Amino acid sequence: MSNVLPAFSLQDASGADHSFPAAGRSILAFVKEDCPTCNLVMPLIEALHGEPDVAVVAPGQTTKGNAILMRRHALTLPILDDSALKASFAFNVETVPLVIAADADGAEEGRLVGFDKGEWQAFFARFAPGAQVDWDAYPDWRPGCGSLTQDPIVAERLQAEAENSPLRARRIDIAQADDVHEFMFDQGFTDGLPVVPPTPERVLRMLAGTQRDPQSVVATLPPHMAPATVEKLAVNAVMAGCKPDHLPVIIAAIEALCTDEFNVHGVMATTMAASPVLVVNGPIRERLGMNMRLGVLGQGNRANAAIGRGVRLALRNIGGARPGGTERSTFGNPMKFTMCFPEWEERSGWPPMHVERGFQPEDSVVTAFALTSGPQLIVEQVARQAAQLGGSLGLTMASMHHPRAYNNGDCLLVVSPEHLDAFIEGGYSKDDLRERIQSVSAKTLRELVADESAGGPLTPERAAAMPKEALDRTVRKFASNDNIHIVVAGSEAGSFSAFFHGWASGPMGSIPVSRKIES
Amino acid sequence: MTTILDPTDERVPVRRSITPRPERIEGNVALLDISKPRGNVLLDRLEALLAERLPDVTLNRYAKPTFTKPAPAELRSEIKADNHFVIEALAD
Repeated sequence: MSNVLPAFSLQDASGADHSFPAAGRSILAFVKEDCPTCNLVMPLIEALHGEPDVAVVAPGQTTKGNAILMRRHALTLPILDDSALKASFAFNVETVPLVIAADADGAEEGRLVGFDKGEWQAFFARFAPGAQVDWDAYPDWRPGCGSLTQDPIVAERLQAEAENSPLRARRIDIAQADDVHEFMFDQGFTDGLPVVPPTPERVLRMLAGTQRDPQSVVATLPPHMAPATVEKLAVNAVMAGCKPDHLPVIIAAIEALCTDEFNVHGVMATTMAASPVLVVNGPIRERLGMNMRLGVLGQGNRANAAIGRGVRLALRNIGGARPGGTERSTFGNPMKFTMCFPEWEERSGWPPMHVERGFQPEDSVVTAFALTSGPQLIVEQVARQAAQLGGSLGLTMASMHHPRAYNNGDCLLVVSPEHLDAFIEGGYSKDDLRERIQSVSAKTLRELVADESAGGPLTPERAAAMPKEALDRTVRKFASNDNIHIVVAGSEAGSFSAFFHGWASGPMGSIPVSRKIES
Repeated sequence: MTTILDPTDERVPVRRSITPRPERIEGNVALLDISKPRGNVLLDRLEALLAERLPDVTLNRYAKPTFTKPAPAELRSEIKADNHFVIEALAD
C-alpha cells in the first residue's frame, strides 16, 4: 500500500487556491520564516519550482513570516498560508523544513527533513535532474527546527479542533464584545464565584489526568438524570480550578454520590442544609499536595478547594441541581461551595478511615458523606485524660440536630492532633472513643419528653401513657457506634476537635459511600 | 472570540437573558437605522407616531455605516450613553 497523504486546499498571498493532490507530481515544502535551515533551503526549493511537470508549493506557518520569506528570497513559487496550521497538523509535521514529493494520487514518493546534503542531492537527482545547484555552497548538514504545531499550547488547540478530537461537548462561541466571565454568570454556569473558562485546550489538558475514555459515562446525575461523561466532568473540573491530576478524585466522588445508597438527589433537594462532604485517604493525598494539617477544613489549598468545587459544579451543571430548582435547602450551607479534605493518616495512631471501611492502606479512596452542619468546633482545653476528653466530645455531639434528637444517624468527627495524643496516651482506640461518646450522651426517654423549656420527640400525653420502666429506658444519641465516623486532621497546636452533623441516615436517607480512586 | 465547552447536559439551547422590560417609556429613545434600504422610511413613520403619542420623550436618530457589519463600538457606546431605549429597524 502506498502512503497516501492528507488532502488540503490553501491559498497563496494573492488569494489563489492551491489544492493537494494536484494534477501531476507535487513537491510540498513545509517551512517557517524564523527557522535558519528553512532559509538555507529556500533557494533550493525555488530551484525545484523551475522544473517542468512538478507543482512546487510551500505551506508557510505564519502569514507575516511567509511575506518575509517571499521578499527575502525573491521567491516565485507559491507560499501557501498555513497560519491556521491545519495542513501542518494533518501532515504531523514535527520538524521544518519538511519536503515531500507525491504523485497525482497524493501518494508519497520521498521526503526530506532538515538539511542533509547527501539526501538533498539524491532527492534532486530523482525529482529535478535538470536543476543547476552549486552544492559546494551548502554545508553538509543542518538540523531542522521544531514545527509550530509542536508548540504545546498550539498542539493542544489543534488537537481540540481536529476532526478526531476526543471532545464532543457543544462548543459555545462567546462574542469578542462579550465578557467571558459575565457570559458564564449569565448562563448560570457558576456557583456565584468566577470560574475558569473551559476552553477546548484546557479541557483537553484536564483529560490527560485520566486514562478513561472521555466519552465513557461515569454516572447518571439527578435531577436531570443526565449522563456524566468523563469529558463533562473535565469541563466542570476546569471551571472549578482543578489540575488534571485532580480529575480521578472527581470521577470517583461522582461514582460514590450517584449510588442508591448515597442518594445525592435527596441530599441536594432536602430543605435541611445537606451537602456532600468528601474525605480523601491514601497515597493520593500527598501526590496532590492536599492539606491535612493547619486549616484543613478551611480555605487556601487548591486541591482541597477545587476538587470539592468541581464535584459541586458537576452536580449543578450536568445534573441540574440548582438552588430554587430542585435544591430547596432553607439556609443552604457554605459546604455547598466545596468541602473536601484528607485524613492525616501519618499523624494518627489509629487505622485510617479507608482501612476501617475495608480498603488496603495503599489504596487511594474518597468517601462521601451527606452532612448538614459543621465543622462545629468543640473547645476542650483543660481535660487531659482520655475518658474526660471523650466525655467532652460526647456531650457536645449530643447537640446534633437537637439536644433531644436521639437514636440519630451519621456524624463525622475530626480529632485534632492534641486531642489525639491524649486519647493515644490513655490507650483509647477509635471504638473506645465511639463508646465513650455514646455512654456520656445517653439519656432516658423521660429526658426527651417535650416540656415547657423545649420541644422533644415525645409528647407529654404519650409519655403519660407509657409505663415507668419504658420512660426510664436509656436511649443512645447515635443509633449505632458505626454512625460515628472519625478522622484525624488539623494543626499540631490547638486543643479542639470538630464535628459535622449528618442528614437523614440509612436506606431512607443517605449512607456514606467510599470509592477507590483509579487513574 | 473565546470558545468554551458547554458544562451542562445540553438540554437547553444557549441563550442570553434580556434586560427587564420597563413599565413606562420615558427619557430618550434611540431610533437606529441599520442602513438597509427603506429602513429610514419605517423609522421616519415611527418617529412621527412616537412624537405624537409620547411628546415628553426625546427621539434621537442614528445609523450604522453598513448593515453588513456590527455597529462600531463608538456608535454603540454613544447610543448607550445618551438613551434609555433603542428601536432598531432590523431588516427590509
